Amino acid sequence: MKLYCLSNDAAKPCFVLSFKELLIMLDCGLSSHSVLNFLPLPPVPSTRLASLPNYTPPHHNDPLLEGELKECCGRVFVDSMPEFCPPLDKVVDFSQLDVILISNYTCMLALPFITEDTGFKGQVYATEPTLQIGRFYLEELSEWVCSSGSGSGSAKRWKEAVHVLPAPLADVVRPRAWRRLLAPHHVARALARVRVVGYDEKVDLYGALDATAVSSGFCLGSANWVLRSAHEKVAYVSGSSTLTTHPRPINQAALRGADLLVLAALTQTPAHNPDHMLGDLCVHATVTLRAGGSVLCPVYPSGVLYDLLECLSAHLDTAGLAHVPLYVVSPAAEASLAYSNILAEWVSAGKQARVYLPEEPFPHAALVRAGRLRHARDLHDDSFSADFRQPCVVFCGHPSLRFGAAVHLVELWACNPLHAIIFTEPDFPYTEALAPFQPLSMKAFHCPIDTSLNYSQANKLVRELRPRELALPEQYAAPGPAAAAARPHIAADVPTVVVRRGTARRVGGRRTLARGTLSGSLAARLAPRDLRAGLRAAPLRAALSLRDSRLHVHSPPPGAGGAGGAEAGGRVECGAPDVEALVRELRRAGAEEARVERGADGCIVHLPRHDTLVHVDAHATHVFCEAGADLRLALRQALALTVPTI
Amino acid sequence: MPDIKITPLGAGQDVGRSCILLTMGGKNIMLDCGMHMGYNDERRFPDFSYIVPEGPITSQIDCVIISHFHLDHCGALPYMSEMIGYTGPIYMTHPTKAIAPILLEDMRKVAVERKGESNFFTSQMIKDCMKKVTAVTLHQSVMVDNELEIKAYYAGHVLGAAMFWIRVGSQSVVYTGDYNMTPDRHLGAAWIDKCRPDLLITESTYATTIRDSKRCRERDFLKKVHECVEKGGKVLIPVFALGRAQELCILLETYWDRMNLKYPVYFALGLTEKANNYYKMFITWTNQKIRKTFVQRNMFDFKHIKPFDKTYIDNPGAMVVFATPGMLHAGLSLNIFKKWAPYEQNMVIMPGFCVQGTVGHKILNGAKKVEFENRQVVEVKMAVEYMSFSAHADAKGIMQLIQYCEPKNVLLVHGEAQKMEFLKDKIEKEFKISCFMPANGETCVINTPTTIPIDVSLRLLKAEAVRYNAQPPDPKRRRVVNGILCVKDNRLSLLDIDEMCDEIGINRHIIRFTSTVRFEDPGPAIKTAEKLQNLLTEKLEGWTITISEGNISVESVLIKVEGEDDSTKNIYVSWTNQDEDLGSYILGLLQSMVQYSPMKE
Repeated sequence: MKLYCLSNDAAKPCFVLSFKELLIMLDCGLSSHSVLNFLPLPPVPSTRLASLPNYTPPHHNDPLLEGELKECCGRVFVDSMPEFCPPLDKVVDFSQLDVILISNYTCMLALPFITEDTGFKGQVYATEPTLQIGRFYLEELSEWVCSSGSGSGSAKRWKEAVHVLPAPLADVVRPRAWRRLLAPHHVARALARVRVVGYDEKVDLYGALDATAVSSGFCLGSANWVLRSAHEKVAYVSGSSTLTTHPRPINQAALRGADLLVLAALTQTPAHNPDHMLGDLCVHATVTLRAGGSVLCPVYPSGVLYDLLECLSAHLDTAGLAHVPLYVVSPAAEASLAYSNILAEWVSAGKQARVYLPEEPFPHAALVRAGRLRHARDLHDDSFSADFRQPCVVFCGHPSLRFGAAVHLVELWACNPLHAIIFTEPDFPYTEALAPFQPLSMKAFHCPIDTSLNYSQANKLVRELRPRELALPEQYAAPGPAAAAARPHIAADVPTVVVRRGTARRVGGRRTLARGTLSGSLAARLAPRDLRAGLRAAPLRAALSLRDSRLHVHSPPPGAGGAGGAEAGGRVECGAPDVEALVRELRRAGAEEARVERGADGCIVHLPRHDTLVHVDAHATHVFCEAGADLRLALRQALALTVPTI
Repeated sequence: MPDIKITPLGAGQDVGRSCILLTMGGKNIMLDCGMHMGYNDERRFPDFSYIVPEGPITSQIDCVIISHFHLDHCGALPYMSEMIGYTGPIYMTHPTKAIAPILLEDMRKVAVERKGESNFFTSQMIKDCMKKVTAVTLHQSVMVDNELEIKAYYAGHVLGAAMFWIRVGSQSVVYTGDYNMTPDRHLGAAWIDKCRPDLLITESTYATTIRDSKRCRERDFLKKVHECVEKGGKVLIPVFALGRAQELCILLETYWDRMNLKYPVYFALGLTEKANNYYKMFITWTNQKIRKTFVQRNMFDFKHIKPFDKTYIDNPGAMVVFATPGMLHAGLSLNIFKKWAPYEQNMVIMPGFCVQGTVGHKILNGAKKVEFENRQVVEVKMAVEYMSFSAHADAKGIMQLIQYCEPKNVLLVHGEAQKMEFLKDKIEKEFKISCFMPANGETCVINTPTTIPIDVSLRLLKAEAVRYNAQPPDPKRRRVVNGILCVKDNRLSLLDIDEMCDEIGINRHIIRFTSTVRFEDPGPAIKTAEKLQNLLTEKLEGWTITISEGNISVESVLIKVEGEDDSTKNIYVSWTNQDEDLGSYILGLLQSMVQYSPMKE
């Protein structure tokens, strides 16, 4: 077994496991930190952004670099279509991948980069909510980036001049590997490959393995994967949560006792407790709304959004702000809100119980019916602009503030100190997200809500699951002695393998056995003998058939040729012959003159008349026979009777 | 030979009261627990005393599996769990768990409040019963205990209907419940993978029917309804609240819309809205089209179909009424029937199967007068139409399912005896597998071949693969291994001989035979060895012959040439006991070469 790591963002993992001659990709996360280096793409043309001054690095004269870089409040941005950082493509040949297993929708956004135009021929498995919500994420991304970004060029030159640029552009890693989003038809094709699985469904991978998605408690349809063969078990734990929120709780029992546990996508904000953050958010929102300001929450179109809507609406009710409208603006808003309410089988027990009444599992359906919650595809949608009232709370994307409706709203509200922007998504550092909008008068709050495992929860989980071996991306491993500051890490009392991006490590034990089936008729013919207490054995000569990677052991065909003929399998000598008995047997066979000479470590049986010697020692019997075949066969017969066998 | 035993307590050569006992690998499983609509006495429920005449039933049954919410499949469940006292696990899908208690409550009300029956389960019992139910999702593999595994497949038929695959050890059974192999307006078609069970237990309601295309049936239905209302007649469509009703509503709704009709259409029972809500919540269980469009338009929001009020029965003029229950055995549909039956402009359309003993069954068989318990006699002058809209697989569908999952045996239930007979013949002829159709209370025993899991040493397999791949490809060549079978802690493994000896600490004893052949062959020994190699290559076709440092080896046979140049050579031939045949053959070969060698002269 070998484990490759292709992603440098531990929260957007991408591993490849080679196991039983299969190449299995575990997640394909798309790291989007890179977009923070680009200028925002406003959905409505912005004069401020358009009039930002060009930046030219001092002492660097490259006319082609002209216009690629802009400066805003001392920060330099690339004026171009934003680019993302997909998994490394040179380490593993994607056309050789057999399977891609996806754990949740936040870890699948690089799927088109893996499957399209790479010669990929394998299978992709994900749960139904993962596929649907992943589709919302990808469609939202491609609609925002492709529709509003069509005007801007594709700057490339700056990548050659990174060394002369100021930080943070100077520190970017391998910007040449950054890619623009693929076109919508690629996205659609990639998603069409996904095969839908349910929790606890055993998926047969080419007869070699069973893969099972088990609930991970992180978001709707989020899964940990358990790979099982007859003798090995690998658990891939990615994006798990032990907190109680809207999805089905984590299934820990299925992960126990694995030979290898791969841990990925822990929380990105270990210092922030999600419950407290949710409370803070409600307080900040209430204070802002009371003062007559509006609240902007840059969010993804699913996930924590559902919890935000539920908690915030309840909180506003008690705060006497029940009249404040809530807006969700996203191309996927309507579908996401509607879709979440038909996933009865994927939500927590409490929400599930509502379905039996029958009522929607999430309260946002009732909010929509009551007209308190509205959704719109985009800002100039009639349903949004027609009855837009302030103060209000707007949920819209993208959390990076580089594209989507949020860009326009920040531009619009930036100079009004009454308004507030509250960051909840943990994917981006909020100060960097806000950098191109400086100077900013509106209030900015940081309440990251990441329900994924934190380090102490993860340590506890590993202790409980007792894997034989643990594999981690380097970000989660204990920092080396050279590291300046201690950071939280996984410290488990199990052998741990650390994988760095772009490297492969050998993991797991060596396989020695393969599981097959023995036909009943062959089994019935065998008569195993006791070798010692609790162990019985019988020599077996059998035919093998191998179909669909499944091994079947059955009766050998009569008279089939092979090494040594039919009888050979029937005897295994396991001790020196009884020499006295051997001599007796030889006499009976007519070789009467046998003489025995005892030596230090054995003895020699001498048949002088036949010019034949039999050397006997503890491990071997060697017959030097110069007589004819008759005597040799007689000797053989005699040995067969006197050598102990299995 | 391990057996699978099946005893139908209901649905054996019969429709209604599905309840089948399955025994395999020491596990007892009850498949469905239904009631019979045609009886009002104890025959209504399965005969649980068959399982255990007295005492607790829980220890005798490992689990109960309910395929869908129709009462002939789940109607006796509260009776079994609350009144007989079964406390073991019960499995059904989420929609079934949501909808079954409503239908049970509905039926209980009719039985207790309208017919005044006693000794029936109470509302509380239904609730308590449902608390014991474990809901499963499609394709989820559920381990009931360490050995018993079940998995649900989509069955169409009604919302949440499932087929169940059940495995104990190496034996497996598929129970279909009721299923539908053609997608309809609101549900998809049943699907199962090639799971090759030892036994397929399939329903056979429409064992002999091959139904015409769905479209024709729909057109027919609409035409009949339209003609009747045009003449001012009233149309009664007895339905069950959930299932066919929704499909027919979608059908009428779109037709009324298209034809711009104004005749009132009513749907009885306050359940409608609730029922449609269930369809909305569980939209993932409906068909692809509804799932795709649900965000924009909910198929279950009807514009033309209004709730029915009892006072409308005597309203003049045309109308269409959907009323429950579907077999006209009680409740509102029967009340309306009594009022409307004597007028010939009216019409009743039976969209589904009616079990024996119900009014529905009687009028479908052409009864012109129906007598009721209170000696009331109703003349039937209204038109009686039968449209098979109940979503069961027809003969073609059943054959298709058999083809999908490739069972080794088939067992028919939930159908009528003579129709089953016909289908049984057809299955046995077409698929060459045995087919059974036990009657109620009759036990059917099916033998299954044994296969035992075994661990095979990879070393052994790899060595075999190297040998096999070294030979020219031949698909007919058998692959053979020699090893040692070990039995330890009741687990079997097939090991390489050396590996086995290492493992248990036995020193293998090697027996070797060596003979000498004298050969007059002047020249260096190496030359002689080459000659021998050429000879062996020629004689031993297909064997691997290697030569190193003057030693020739074939399998375990070693040939060594010794002797000074220009003198007699000693050829030593040595082999292990296992290679006696090969060794003696080579020795013989060399001996005859020496005898007839032209070099000797």
